[in-house]
Amino acid sequence: MDTKNILDIIKKHNKNKVSLISILEEIQGAYTYLPEKALRLLAKETGCSLTDIYGVATFYKTFSLKPKGKHCVSVCLGTACHVRGAQNIVEEFKRELSISPGETTPDNEITLETVNCLGACALGPTVVSDGQYFPHVSKSSVKEIITRTKGGGRSIAAEADIRIFPLQVSCPLCGKSLMDHDYIINGHPSVKFNVSMNGKKVWLRMSCLYGKHTVELENQLPPNELSRFHCPHCHNEFPSFSTCPECGASMAALFVREKCSWEVCMRQGCQGHILNLDQINLHKKSDKGKNK
Amino acid sequence: MINLTINGLPVSVEKGTTILDAAKFYGFPIPTLCHKEGLSPYGACRLCVVEIGEGSAAKLVSSCTYPVEDGLKVRTASERVLKARRIIIELLLASCPQSKTIQDIASRHNVRQQRFRQEYEDCILCGLCVRMCKEQMMAGAIGFRGRGQNRSIGTPFDIKSEVCRLCGGCIEVCPACQTRCTYTEPGKAICGGCANLAPPCIEKEQFHDMMCYMSPCVACEIKKA
Repeated sequence: MDTKNILDIIKKHNKNKVSLISILEEIQGAYTYLPEKALRLLAKETGCSLTDIYGVATFYKTFSLKPKGKHCVSVCLGTACHVRGAQNIVEEFKRELSISPGETTPDNEITLETVNCLGACALGPTVVSDGQYFPHVSKSSVKEIITRTKGGGRSIAAEADIRIFPLQVSCPLCGKSLMDHDYIINGHPSVKFNVSMNGKKVWLRMSCLYGKHTVELENQLPPNELSRFHCPHCHNEFPSFSTCPECGASMAALFVREKCSWEVCMRQGCQGHILNLDQINLHKKSDKGKNK
Repeated sequence: MINLTINGLPVSVEKGTTILDAAKFYGFPIPTLCHKEGLSPYGACRLCVVEIGEGSAAKLVSSCTYPVEDGLKVRTASERVLKARRIIIELLLASCPQSKTIQDIASRHNVRQQRFRQEYEDCILCGLCVRMCKEQMMAGAIGFRGRGQNRSIGTPFDIKSEVCRLCGGCIEVCPACQTRCTYTEPGKAICGGCANLAPPCIEKEQFHDMMCYMSPCVACEIKKA
């Protein structure tokens, strides 16, 4: 826990007792819960007694004194959802995750909660996972919600976000497809090519969803290091036309529809990427990158 | 000065006085439980209800928190007040029947039995100890936690508070003895009095039956003998 971070939050509110709830909300936002140390620090800084702060922190359901998981699944138990069998949904979640409501899975992935009403009674039984509403949930769809919650993270479901779309990618040099139809990432065929770094050569599979950044590597490579991308068919290195808008490293160009290019930053861990819709002449370097 | 009538008697009291203080001053008894001189009024137990207003506008208010108004008509012992008070006593008895203070109040109001499901809580959440700790002892070691069904009184994080000076004020004012000995869990103990005496009863189960024993904890020894 970073003391300075908490001090900054408290200072932002002029160490004022009146903004106690706002301060608590911000601390919770930063750490997913209210650490004991933070509350003690807050008491010291604002002059509010720890007892009062603890009283507020335990009074409101928003605040949690226990660390929460990466994802939060809330099952509605309001009247409308209840009569449509929300209790069965809770039981199914309990069985699937082997935790009770209010608890977090041991791998710190999912926190299961029950809420009294989400205000979407017509959609009941309703489940909200990381802000995404799942209407008319049945026992059989519980498993899918859990998978999607684990995979999708806090971002919006891939199909619903117009900024994320699948691409068909090929090697700009030999023209062969780089799509691996047998290996699915995020529900779409993955893009597979080779990566080399310091003489080490591994395969890399990434999601073909533009803007999704899901990457799988054969072996772990040191982060923030530059690597080189090779075609698995002709073994040539992918050409580079532009530099990464995020970190300034050179980017590898993959062909989309044999004319446009999807350029990916070659620095490990960097998510810089460009979709270049200008027609590319392989022999003429073009720097006109069109950032998304 | 503010003029009002209490049970038909025209009286005048200083501005800012509560109905309870005014009634006491003129000799009208109002039972209280969570009210204590020197502590701020809290209005938790509702035992001090009185009826104000007339006709359909009449309503029950807690006299300990209601400041007097000009022309106010107060009834401290009307039919409606007595009925409400008896129900409140029955509810208190239902939650905390072992409390001597509550038993006394019940007997004074001729409440011989109660109609609710019997519970054996050790706290009625009157907040006397919290106010005692904060206002008289200037410590603020204990406070309310949670809400609704889970509301309880205790120290933050359920560990011994750094600001607690073991004064015992909370136990002194408690009508239900909420802060009973927790020496079996020393980390949570508030008074720690028995810990100093090192009694031979640490592992004994009898602790659960006991109410409060601030000064020398020899209750178990006496019981044995």
